[in-house]
Amino acid sequence: MTELRLDIDRSGETLRIAFAGPLLTAGLRAPAETLGRVSAAGARAAQFDLTDLTAIDTGGAWLIVTIMDRLRAEGAEPALTGASADQITLIETVAKAMPEPPAPPRPRTIADRLAGIGQGTIGAVQTVGDALGFFGLVLSRIVRTMRHPGRLRFTSLVHHCQEAGVAAVPIVALMGFMIGIVLAFQGAVQLRTFGAEVFVVDLIAVSVLRELGILLTAIIVAGRSGSAYTASIGSMKVREEIDAMRTLGLDPIEVLAMPRVLALLFMLPILGLIANFAGLAGGLLMSWIELGVSPGMFISRLHDNTDVNHLIVGMVKAPVFAVLIGVIGCWQGFRVGASSESVGRRTTSAVVMAIFSVIIADAVFSVFFAELGI
Amino acid sequence: MTDARTPIIKVRGLVNAFGPQVVHDGLDLDVYPGEVLGVVGGSGTGKSVLLKSIIGLIRPRAGSIEVLGTDVANADEDIRRAVEKRWGVLFQDGALFSSLTVQQNVEAPMREHLDLPAPIRAALARLKVSLSGLPSLANDKLPSELSGGMRKRAGIARALALDPRIVFLDEPTAGLDPIGAAAFDQLIRQLQRSLGLTVFLVTHDLDTLHACCDRIAVLAEKKVLITGTMADMLTVDHPWVHDYFHGVRARAALVTNAPQAENQGA
Repeated sequence: MTELRLDIDRSGETLRIAFAGPLLTAGLRAPAETLGRVSAAGARAAQFDLTDLTAIDTGGAWLIVTIMDRLRAEGAEPALTGASADQITLIETVAKAMPEPPAPPRPRTIADRLAGIGQGTIGAVQTVGDALGFFGLVLSRIVRTMRHPGRLRFTSLVHHCQEAGVAAVPIVALMGFMIGIVLAFQGAVQLRTFGAEVFVVDLIAVSVLRELGILLTAIIVAGRSGSAYTASIGSMKVREEIDAMRTLGLDPIEVLAMPRVLALLFMLPILGLIANFAGLAGGLLMSWIELGVSPGMFISRLHDNTDVNHLIVGMVKAPVFAVLIGVIGCWQGFRVGASSESVGRRTTSAVVMAIFSVIIADAVFSVFFAELGI
Repeated sequence: MTDARTPIIKVRGLVNAFGPQVVHDGLDLDVYPGEVLGVVGGSGTGKSVLLKSIIGLIRPRAGSIEVLGTDVANADEDIRRAVEKRWGVLFQDGALFSSLTVQQNVEAPMREHLDLPAPIRAALARLKVSLSGLPSLANDKLPSELSGGMRKRAGIARALALDPRIVFLDEPTAGLDPIGAAAFDQLIRQLQRSLGLTVFLVTHDLDTLHACCDRIAVLAEKKVLITGTMADMLTVDHPWVHDYFHGVRARAALVTNAPQAENQGA
């Protein structure tokens, strides 16, 4: 493609700009710079000579119209010469459509910043209130279902138990097993320096049964099922299926949220228990290989020295974690807006919030049980 | 009548099939520069498949597709990209990028393909938005904040971003109210005239066919059954074509558009 040539000359009160070659969007940078420097500087008329212009598109027309408008404002009356009918049509169309320049953004004042902080705070409080409200709604539906058990969507419940529970067994078991191995290995290195290798059993038992088994299971389930809840309910919201349910007299909380939350409530303790067993199995294997603690010895030591309270403390947390994950997942799903993009955003925040609140709850439990001395 | 000119899109012997189901079997079609071609056909006759094969979203099983003198069906990546820059596509619901504002949507192809300073790019994007008949308030809105008609207009603005020679429109007036649809028909016609575009239009809307199209191509029996003007269509004997152009809705469209057409002619 040949280059555009611009001839600019002034004779008396007339400024003459001649275009030769193509004036196209792709090559707009150079002519825009050159013409940006041209000013009327006392000229009374500006002549745009398009006789040798070989091609023009809307970008080129935009440049001509922009410069014409500017020169007119500076006191030089612009005129087109030598333009073909098509070129004139195009330039006129563009001139008619020229948008007003956007208003410059207002500089941010201190008041704006303060307002931003205030809005953020109010938003956070409202979000917490909203979440609690949703939790209450789910609870009230569960209570109503307990009074009328026929309303329970049994098929849906079983389906979600399968999805969130049974399908998660391999990953949860593998995760537990790995944790057991890591603990045994790390414990062995430290305890060997004291010659207290056999205490690795207590280390593994207490940490897996009390904390890690259920906590890590909850985190995996939050990433696996909590996000799936948000995504599935959210995309239903985008496709207006939830509005359709309401008009058909179906309660979306009862139909969508309750089976999901209940499924987690039933399945998370079971998954936690599986993770516990897998963790102990991993620890047993690694103690045997690394420390020469025989499986028999591991089991008898587990039997004699580990209080059953550790297991109870761990398992008590499971339903609480389950409700947190389930309610947050469903709630975020219902908060999805009209766009598919908000499904992604809500899913992310569902996972982050669920994991965060699970860890907070775990911390609260730790303090609570420490105070109780269990 | 227009056959003396060289076609801007030339489809020869196109075969498209999904598994055992053959959609096109030896389809031929010519589109000439500066015309608006409307493609009609019953559901499942492969109107959208034809459009998608021409713009390269579906690889045809056989046949050649020449756009602007390049065989796009068999060209390599670089040549294809060069041709792609010279057409714009409006998808059914606009297919705007939902995380970008309208102006950013229009700027997206420019950012990719053109070396322009940011202020010029922004100004050109705003010009395209205004050319498609949207108020400048729309520039900073997200697609989810727009109505269906406005989304289509924003889609047109994005399709025009690179000043294409050819614009492909997939059901441009589907889902619009009659007034919005009529305004959109007018917009297409006006842009086509003032920017010298070639328009390839897939539609069901008889009013659009009347108001916009220079020529109509009817898809049936796995190929282009017939091409011609609206007047030609009325004389065709094929049962589907006859039903389509002589149905109650067709007659209504004829009646409402007849005076308009005369005015335009005068």
